[in-house]
Amino acid sequence: MSQETILQLSTAILFLPLLGFLLLIFFNKRLPRQGDWLETGLLFLSLILAVAVFAAKLGGYHDEVLQTKFTWVDWGNVPGIGPLKLELGIMVDNLAAIMMLVVTIVSSLVHLFSIGYMHGDVRYGRYFAYLGIFTFSMLGIVLTNNFFMMYVFWELVGLSSYLLIGHWFEKKSASDAAKKAFVVNRVGDIGMFTGIMILFANFHTFTFDDIFGAIQSGAIPFGSEPWLTVAGILIFAGAVGKSAQFPLHVWLPDAMEGPTPVSALIHAATMVAAGVYLVARTFAMMTADALIFIAYIGAFTALISATIAIAQNDIKKVLAYSTVSQLGYMVMGLGVGAYTAGFFHLTTHAMFKAGLFLGSGSVIHAMHHALHHAGDHHTDPQDIRYMGGLKSKMPVTFWTFLIYTLAISGVPFTSGFLSKDEILAGTLAFSSLQGHVLIPLIAFFVAGLTAFYMFRLVIIVFLGEHRDAHRINEIHESPWTMTVPLIIFALLSFFAFYSLNPFGAASGWFYEAIKRPLSVVPGSVAAPSTSLFDEALHHSHTTAMVLSLTVAGLGILIAFATYYWKKIDADHVAERFKWLHTALSNKWYVDEVYEFVFVGGTKGLARLYAWFDNRVIDGLVNGTASWTRAITLGTRQNWEEGNLGAVLYMVVGGAISIYVGWLVGAALMPLDPTPGQMIWNGLLGIGTAGLTFFLFYVGVGGFDNKIVDGLVNATAYVAGFIGLLTRRVQTGKVQTYLAFVILGVMIFYLYFH
Amino acid sequence: MEFLGIGILTWITFLPIVGMIAVLIVPKENQSGLKWIPLVITGIQVVLAGMIYAGFNKSMAGINTLEGMQFVEKARWIDIQGVPWFGRIVVEYFLGVDGLSISMVLLTALISFIAVIASWNIDKALKGYMAMLLLLDTGMMGVFVALDFFLFYVFWEVMLLPMYFLIGIWGGPRREYAAIKFFLYTLLGSVLMLLAMIALYFSVTVVDPATGEKIYTFNMLAMMDPANYEPGSLLAGVGTYWRYLAYVALFIGFAIKVPIFPFHTWLPDAHVEAPTAISVILAGILLKMGTYGLLRISFPMFPDAANYFVVPLAVLALINIVYGALCAMAQKDFKKLIAYSSISHMGVVLLGMSAMNTQGMVGAVFQMFNHGTITAMLFLIVGVIYDRAHTRDLDAFGGLALTMPKYTGVMTVAFFAALGLPGLSGFISEAFSFLGAFQTHRMITILSTLGIVLTAAYMLWTLQRVFLGQPNEKWAGLPDINGRELFALVPLAVIVIALGVYPSLMIDLMTSSLNHLVEVVKAGGTMAMVP
Repeated sequence: MSQETILQLSTAILFLPLLGFLLLIFFNKRLPRQGDWLETGLLFLSLILAVAVFAAKLGGYHDEVLQTKFTWVDWGNVPGIGPLKLELGIMVDNLAAIMMLVVTIVSSLVHLFSIGYMHGDVRYGRYFAYLGIFTFSMLGIVLTNNFFMMYVFWELVGLSSYLLIGHWFEKKSASDAAKKAFVVNRVGDIGMFTGIMILFANFHTFTFDDIFGAIQSGAIPFGSEPWLTVAGILIFAGAVGKSAQFPLHVWLPDAMEGPTPVSALIHAATMVAAGVYLVARTFAMMTADALIFIAYIGAFTALISATIAIAQNDIKKVLAYSTVSQLGYMVMGLGVGAYTAGFFHLTTHAMFKAGLFLGSGSVIHAMHHALHHAGDHHTDPQDIRYMGGLKSKMPVTFWTFLIYTLAISGVPFTSGFLSKDEILAGTLAFSSLQGHVLIPLIAFFVAGLTAFYMFRLVIIVFLGEHRDAHRINEIHESPWTMTVPLIIFALLSFFAFYSLNPFGAASGWFYEAIKRPLSVVPGSVAAPSTSLFDEALHHSHTTAMVLSLTVAGLGILIAFATYYWKKIDADHVAERFKWLHTALSNKWYVDEVYEFVFVGGTKGLARLYAWFDNRVIDGLVNGTASWTRAITLGTRQNWEEGNLGAVLYMVVGGAISIYVGWLVGAALMPLDPTPGQMIWNGLLGIGTAGLTFFLFYVGVGGFDNKIVDGLVNATAYVAGFIGLLTRRVQTGKVQTYLAFVILGVMIFYLYFH
Repeated sequence: MEFLGIGILTWITFLPIVGMIAVLIVPKENQSGLKWIPLVITGIQVVLAGMIYAGFNKSMAGINTLEGMQFVEKARWIDIQGVPWFGRIVVEYFLGVDGLSISMVLLTALISFIAVIASWNIDKALKGYMAMLLLLDTGMMGVFVALDFFLFYVFWEVMLLPMYFLIGIWGGPRREYAAIKFFLYTLLGSVLMLLAMIALYFSVTVVDPATGEKIYTFNMLAMMDPANYEPGSLLAGVGTYWRYLAYVALFIGFAIKVPIFPFHTWLPDAHVEAPTAISVILAGILLKMGTYGLLRISFPMFPDAANYFVVPLAVLALINIVYGALCAMAQKDFKKLIAYSSISHMGVVLLGMSAMNTQGMVGAVFQMFNHGTITAMLFLIVGVIYDRAHTRDLDAFGGLALTMPKYTGVMTVAFFAALGLPGLSGFISEAFSFLGAFQTHRMITILSTLGIVLTAAYMLWTLQRVFLGQPNEKWAGLPDINGRELFALVPLAVIVIALGVYPSLMIDLMTSSLNHLVEVVKAGGTMAMVP
């Protein structure tokens, strides 16, 4: 297969799901079965092409980067820069080829699963359309060769995520969750956008290669290394949002309001992994400081979400926090420099976590039907406290679920063992080179926690007795469209697909294909080099393996002791550490704090501004009107009554005020004013003139009480003023204003000519 | 390009006047005639605009050179000798388009056409309404094609009165208040502009090719050339107080139209009271006249002052963006919310302009066009629901996605375009404005990006309140969007998507001119630094 063919096929893979979206969004009602076959078929076609591209790329062009680009916007010959273009394009390297395969595998299997799971849904066709646009956007992220397209597709996956979380928008909780996901992601996105702005402002290009090339040749943003670190961290902010890292992790658990297959596809396997992919893509430009920052964010995220997962009772919430935790793991892996391991974990995690979610979907599906059959609309079909003993009724679901759980816990012979072990070894190597002992400590602790809460889930859901003896008879295994994906994902959770050696991935094809890119940042701010890191990694491997097996074994053991053999009373422990348990089941109160500070704060500020706008600014406007009216009416009345002294007083007062204002403004103005001084002093001059006139106006009270009355009743005049003016306008008095304008202009003219 | 010996710009500008006369002749009872004449007229205008688009040479820059202007029509309009105080007054009928105005000409034709469709169910004094609408159309088009300041000013004022009546007679309950507020505000702006114009007039002289004598001129291109300023005249020199003052006066005049904080409070009132079609025009075209004026007149004529006041301009842009977004968030009236969102989105235009570089300027001018189409959609959408439910209370709805699915589909495009979703036109112009501005004003631009989050928040919150959730029993019987309404909305949606996917369709038109504009402004700015 030639390079061109690979690129063309990749483009086809990108656009096939979009085609499905376009057809389904407009015609789903008119297509048989609302077009599910069409979108699913297109996806399997994409999958076949992706396999072909994967094989051709890794087989034929193993170490090459295939790229193609075109000019999308041409700014022409820009003053100060020269010809400037915005080029878009796609790039297929090993990273992209593997990621493309991961995305199409998970997406096509989720499509298949959805046919069973979403059967009879109100918006069945629309659901498949949304899956299509999601897959398109996700593949866009994978294939882009520049930051601009990255941002474009970054937001587009946000859109599809919004649409799919809010699929059942009749439920307030669903539409709330969708909105939250979009807005929280946007917070991260503006960080990423700012990072892109820094790069563009300096390099006038968005293309990865050009930017990295420029940095490598010594051109760093604004000529200072801290800016390079800042740019890296800001780009990473996008990943913090999308991959649900602390402090923007709050949207992901809520996103479980969406249909479960969506959770598997978007909120477990692919979209949330986009952040990790982004860090991998931009790894070369990350300084040592930026990487340490990334490592800490990842570690902290892994820790807090793993602790929260222990205390959740909703099957999807447990998996959601587990996802956040595992994403933290990947991010931490990249941060410590274990580049390949981080991306490897993304790949293996995509398979077993998609499987876990689909498995939970199978369980929820069965529970839902059983509850529905029993006429029970109150029991939550996702609450694990109502489950138990499902093993015998749903054997396929149970055994596959168990395999995924073994994988995520890092038990040997699974894919998870391979990737997790590499990350753990990476943290040890990192800390031996750069210190930061906290990171490996957290990493191993979280490994144990993961094994514990995952086995807690398996035991409570599948083992023991079912909570309701009648209901268990109504529980059935899911149809083949749902079990087939489960079996495939279970197969993909074994080591053999990634490395023939079950105890080390380093010799497998994956490690061969994905190599840590060379850093382009100046040596003084770069992380320890790849060779140094590999050296340290070599020494920490055995330690890491022994430790990881120990903590995983401990976690599983404690889970069984607590929930299966009941040697440890979970309730008693919870009672003992009540504060901790409360904090955990309330997710460390992060949501509450955000709700109060950010949501409440913004709404409060919005109300304050609206009040300010309505009362102060518009009050000034209306006030000016009523003042003008009071003054002119009063003056006219004086004129009509022959009180010429008062009229003269006002006219002279007006003239003097303007003169005083002018003098003050001019006196305050320095010889060579800055724009700020000019505006400020100008305003002071105008203010002085106004104040002076006000004094005249108050002074007039001495010989004309009527005007003072007018002042007192100024507010009451507003309404009358409007009525009066409009009455006059209707009788054709608008010309009066024009006449005044012309008069004013004439005075101006006479003065200057 | 000429038809019947008359240039295409004259046709496109004065065709609505022909339509207005026709409307005035048609008897009041002939309701369908009164609707179809404006529709056909504005339809022809769209065709003419299409021809201008097709015949436009993208490589010609324009701005301050006559040779760079296209479709030029130039004739002596007024030439009076011996006017008391003024002497000889020469005003030229001088029309032309370049990359700065072409997008606005297209927008005006398009939005006017859409506005006529949106006016279909006006039943109060239809004849007067349509006549006013067409007159307004001429005024707006004229502003964008005039290259003589006096002519520009005439069109500017021509537009003012019909707008006043359209709000004041066909508006909502507080229409009189809103109309007079709009009128007085705009009049204040006009006065300031007039003062600056007169000051410019008496400073700039050109040689009259006919007689060889030096005459004062309103020619905008002449006003952009520092060599034409009479030594010792009020606005001669570089970076003088008088020039700054004239710039500020012009700026306030245009700022009221944009509207820029703190001159914006007429806008929410005018929008809330105006009928749907008028809101569409107001937001779609009128607001752009402010920013267009700044780019066409203030920047190239006062490059020194424009550079001098560039930071305050960026600060005002920031205020518009964030303040407008926060005010929008607090609104309970659907239409008022959209009105405040306009303030926020016009802030993006200002930010792009304040960048003083091509990326930002392209973003700004493109955002002017995109805001025109997107906000037009938003106001049409509010109009659809108001026509049916007779309320705009955001909390009175809910679940409309179930009762009005097609309507919800169109709405989704508009809302996501407004919050700057990639793939839709608004994103590109916003992104370019920010990218450009960041090179000039780092901190201000970073703060402005807050607007991106706030806009997403209030837009999605609105969407949720009105369209999602359980359907409100009260509105169960609301009919979905009808063919006429779709006919107004779908072309806009298509444009928004097309320009989002391939923005070069529009951007290619403007790059030559804007590159040249940036050069002119930068050159003028450098002169100011070397006194």
